Amino acid sequence: MIPAAFDYERVDTVDAAIAALRADEGAKLLAGGHSLLPQMKLRFVMPTKLIDIGRLHDLSYVHEDGGGVAIGALTRYHDLEASETLRQLAPIVASVAGQVGDPQVRHMGTIGGSVAHADPAGDMPSVLLALGATFVATGPGGMREIAAADMFPGLFQSALAGDEVLTEIRVPKTPGGWSYQKFTRRAQDWAVVGVAAVRMNGSANVSLTNMGLTPMRAAGVEEALAGGADPATAAERADEGTAPPSDSFGSDEYRRALAKVLVRRALEEALA
Amino acid sequence: MTHVSVTVNGAMREADVEPRTLLVYFLRETLGLTGTNAGCDTSSCGSCTVLLDGESVKSCTMLAAQADGRELTTIEGMAEGDQLHPLQESFRRNHGLQCGYCTPGMIMAAASYLKENPSPSEGDVRLALEGNLCRCTGYQNIVKSILDAAGSMAGAEA
Ligand SMILES: Cc1cc2nc3c(=O)[nH]c(=O)nc-3n(C[C@H](O)[C@H](O)[C@H](O)COP(=O)(O)OP(=O)(O)OC[C@H]3O[C@@H](n4cnc5c(N)ncnc54)[C@H](O)[C@@H]3O)c2cc1C
Ligand code: FES
Ligand code: FES
Repeated sequence: MIPAAFDYERVDTVDAAIAALRADEGAKLLAGGHSLLPQMKLRFVMPTKLIDIGRLHDLSYVHEDGGGVAIGALTRYHDLEASETLRQLAPIVASVAGQVGDPQVRHMGTIGGSVAHADPAGDMPSVLLALGATFVATGPGGMREIAAADMFPGLFQSALAGDEVLTEIRVPKTPGGWSYQKFTRRAQDWAVVGVAAVRMNGSANVSLTNMGLTPMRAAGVEEALAGGADPATAAERADEGTAPPSDSFGSDEYRRALAKVLVRRALEEALA
Repeated sequence: MTHVSVTVNGAMREADVEPRTLLVYFLRETLGLTGTNAGCDTSSCGSCTVLLDGESVKSCTMLAAQADGRELTTIEGMAEGDQLHPLQESFRRNHGLQCGYCTPGMIMAAASYLKENPSPSEGDVRLALEGNLCRCTGYQNIVKSILDAAGSMAGAEA
């Protein structure tokens, strides 16, 4: 499978990437290419031009930043998984990075690409939502911050404008109490359903992977926890407000039942 | 057209190709290095695995242009003259292949992994191969070959 023809330009700076995006409406950024190239082979998307930001090494980093951890958008899964800073300060990010795809995928795919791609079945968007991450976008007018709750407005849609580059992701320090339950049929698969839980202020933030058009917080579960419910009782509300897909991996009904089981397991682990 | 200049198995190779040229076809068709196989074309099977700056990647899910200026190793670059690489040798010794289609990808994935973890457990090896499929062997002898190679590589270094 070969993608439709396109022009190619490799850029050395974020400004050059923004200028190239503004010069051609049909252009798209290329980071690791591990969501974009498969889509282009299927001709789901046919960009006129790829702007390769894969060598913006300045945007590949993990460092402690005040109360949180700052992660460069071009940081690959492999580097997140290996980051000692993340393992200590936000271990859920390092652990889940190691569960994405397979080693070859993790040598190419970036955290920024996975956020911008906004796949409801993607692991990292859901984890970042549970963490209440802040996303830094850089555009022609400079930088702006986007809150996690606003980042994923629709199916395969992020809050980034067409001429913005996602440059940084900030997560709070969450060294204790977390869980990611990824239910798969085979090792390399995407999550049939995934659940992220992170202990915060005595309660827990909970988000769901592949339970609707976007990654989403399990609002019913969080409300029940805030009201003092135990994990098993709170988990019964896991499918509230969801619209899970039905496909060869499971029906809507199956996913709803699975979400309840996984939320309970995630809470038991995160709050233990 | 875009200019791609890469070091492949230690030698400089360059060509002008269409930007949409996938790395696997650049290797096979432009450079004539047909040791790297294309199995699924969808980044599922791992038969197209090569090393990019020493790390395993699936060459069907990468543009040749993304490799420009970088270093590639393919299965053709593993042996030194008549001396097989320890992984090649152990796949032969342990019957780690049947049809052989997946083998170049298995060996490149294993080479990348053993650099990260030179003395893996059996479970580690199985997990490290999650991106590589084999339709013949049932994996048993592939895992055995890689564990055997890890042992002989460690021995050679000691
Ligand atoms: C075999 C396989 C298995 C996989 N398994 C999983 C899995 O289990 N779980 C999972 O979550 N994912 C999985 N993925 C997807 C993987 O996570 C992708 O690597 C990731 O989603 C995209 O990152 P990328 O750097 O490759 O982005 P690209 O493919 O380069 O880009 C994706 C999109 O984001 C845009 N973009 C990229 N970077 C930026 C930026 N900095 N600013 C603005 N826009 C940007 C691009 O224009 C494009 O639209 C898998 C992929 C493959 C091929
Ligand atoms: S051909 Fe590349 S993974 Fe199958
Ligand atoms: S030996 Fe035939 S596919 Fe692995």
